[in-house]
Amino acid sequence: MDPLRRSPSPCSSSRPSSPSTPACEMFGPIGIEAVLGQLKIKAMKMGFEFNIMVVGQSGLGKSTMVNTLFKSKVWKSNPPGLGLPTPQTLQLHSVTHVIEEKGVKLKLTVTDTPGFGDQINNDNWDPILGYINEQYERYLQEEILITRRHHIPDTRVHCCVYFVPPTGHCLRPLDIEFLQRLCRTVNVVPVIARADSLTMEEREAFRHRIQKNLRTHCIDVYPQKCFDEDINDKILNSKLRDRIPFAVVGADREHLVNGRCVLGRKTKWGIIEVENMAHCEFPLLRDLLIRSHLQDLKDITHNVHYENYRVIRLNESHLLPRGPGWVNLDPASPGQLTSRRPFKVCRGAHDVSEDEF
Amino acid sequence: MSFQGWHHQNEELRNLSLSGHVGFDSLPDQLVNKSTSQGFCFNILCVGETGIGKSTLMDTLFNTKFESDPATHNEPGVRLKARSYELQESNVRLKLTIVDTVGFGDQINKDDSYKPIVEYIDAQFEAYLQEELKIKRSLFNYHDTRIHACLYFIAPTGHSLKSLDLVTMKKLDSKVNIIPIIAKADTIAKNELHKFKSKIMSELVSNGVQIYQFPTDEETVAEINATMSVHLPFAVVGSTEEVKIGNKMAKARQYPWGVVQVENENHCDFVKLREMLIRVNMEDLREQTHTRHYELYRRCKLEEMGFKDTDPDSKPFSLQETYEAKRNEFLGELQKKEEEMRQMFVMRVKEKEAELKEAEKELHEKFDLLKRTHQEEKKKVEDKKKELEEEVNNFQKKKAAAQLLQSQAQQSGAQQTKKDKDKKNASFT
Repeated sequence: MDPLRRSPSPCSSSRPSSPSTPACEMFGPIGIEAVLGQLKIKAMKMGFEFNIMVVGQSGLGKSTMVNTLFKSKVWKSNPPGLGLPTPQTLQLHSVTHVIEEKGVKLKLTVTDTPGFGDQINNDNWDPILGYINEQYERYLQEEILITRRHHIPDTRVHCCVYFVPPTGHCLRPLDIEFLQRLCRTVNVVPVIARADSLTMEEREAFRHRIQKNLRTHCIDVYPQKCFDEDINDKILNSKLRDRIPFAVVGADREHLVNGRCVLGRKTKWGIIEVENMAHCEFPLLRDLLIRSHLQDLKDITHNVHYENYRVIRLNESHLLPRGPGWVNLDPASPGQLTSRRPFKVCRGAHDVSEDEF
Repeated sequence: MSFQGWHHQNEELRNLSLSGHVGFDSLPDQLVNKSTSQGFCFNILCVGETGIGKSTLMDTLFNTKFESDPATHNEPGVRLKARSYELQESNVRLKLTIVDTVGFGDQINKDDSYKPIVEYIDAQFEAYLQEELKIKRSLFNYHDTRIHACLYFIAPTGHSLKSLDLVTMKKLDSKVNIIPIIAKADTIAKNELHKFKSKIMSELVSNGVQIYQFPTDEETVAEINATMSVHLPFAVVGSTEEVKIGNKMAKARQYPWGVVQVENENHCDFVKLREMLIRVNMEDLREQTHTRHYELYRRCKLEEMGFKDTDPDSKPFSLQETYEAKRNEFLGELQKKEEEMRQMFVMRVKEKEAELKEAEKELHEKFDLLKRTHQEEKKKVEDKKKELEEEVNNFQKKKAAAQLLQSQAQQSGAQQTKKDKDKKNASFT
């Protein structure tokens, strides 16, 4: 048979761009490009979903940060935790809004975690991991239905912003423990909260120490190195990785500075402008989360974290009782982690790594 | 099962007003960039008789020369031939697969003509389903081979649809998006064409054939889709030859009585087909295939396997059952195979044993025979020996007797001679 022709094979295994399909010379425009416009129309009609979780001790400015990010009062009049006594147990609060900008509709869900790290005994992070896994479970249950919905509602957490208190020293054991567990289930973006209490030099030193801590404990934060698709991604993401964790300041009040109205915090010694790169790195965080990497966050959640969950769930399904169970993902010790590559699905033309999990 | 302290205010989905530019209006661009880097798949199935112009039309549509040899009319049955090509326009990469029905309509008995086509379409759905059901899967990386559009080529008889066409389209309409087209439309006169089109459409309706409906719910495309739908089925002419029209070259077919221009909307509906198929509805065709035809196939297949969704109370993990069932099935098969092999082994051993026994018996018999023969021979030899001995005895006796006689004779002779001698001597004395 002519090597250019392939007879149909009923159960062909997944074959990414096979080398035998010839590229064709075209003598004029066909109009394939129009499919991009069609995609856009479809996307705009369906709208987008984005689910973000903020984790950190109370008083680190999580709610304010969310308000600043989305330039609106995401939390209703009383943000949980503010003005109320510290919750006795770790709780999760979610709120969903629909925001629109230039015709693009975004269904935004923000989950807060008041009470995290506030108790005396703080090793109970199950509610957070449980919530994340519960969202995966929901999606899985919808996906395996016989009669499926046209569009499965996506409540999975796409990004978890972890607020590190500005101690200036290094990551605390609580931070390390939790980050280790979290990074294997969801995209984590750590930030240095309330960075206005650190000077520039202190900031840089703190940042480097945190980066070192992350490396030592094999905590793979977003953007993960292993998912860089091509050289452009690598360059862009390397720059980001250098600056993570971002030192951020949140503010939802506007002040007059040099005749301009800016978002900032007013103190006796000056006004900290949130969107001024010289003052804090909030713009970097906003750009990462919203303007450039939002779709990427969703894709990695869907293609990697959700698939990982699914594999574990399906492998263990015959052991678990009927109904959604909660899967406990304990971090391995650092030594063990270094010897295992993260369970990933490579996006290139090479095969899924059939590694152990 | 809710977690302690988790509480969701999801019921109040309110619109929030933004006090500034957040920046997520770049989302559609982010999405498009991602899709562009991954590339697109588009698969077209061309169903039509041999020689009706399927390959030429594909060449014309995609403005290129796909490698192909024309098929013969001697095919014993219908078979499907799929060819894949990579096309690129600016930064959009399209992986195009064109599936041809070779030998369609050539057989004398066309009862089963539609079967290979349906089987092929189902096979592509099955492959996707298998990938989706895998535990470790890579769906985003998957080369989608499901048919997104089926161009059904109707022969330009001018009368009505052939019964083969009706039967085939009826079998395909729930599995694929059918776009009927009239091929070689330059053989029909304009007034006949109009009547032909109406006849075809009314026949399709009266036979309940569901062809692809161009979507009219999206305002940007509703108008153009509505106007184009009126012209179904599209009467097309394909050509890769170029003819000089005025001062430029255009794709056309040259006849002694005139030139049929492919891209002239007064001459044929080629431009309409290209608009509808590629420029306006390619994404919708893909989506319909995935959300309607594939889901239908999946539902039927899973129900066939015996699974259903029950109400939220009992919440069965039907996928778990699938895996359990598959695992059990697999184990069962394994066991069965083992049994079979064991049986066969036992049987073989028995056979061999029997053979050996036979051989042994034969050998015994031979041995007995030989023994007997040997005995007989021995007896014979003994007899002979006896005989010989007897003879020898007799001979000895005779010899003895003879010797005796001889000796007696000698003696008497000697005596006689002596007597004679004596006599002689006596005489002398």
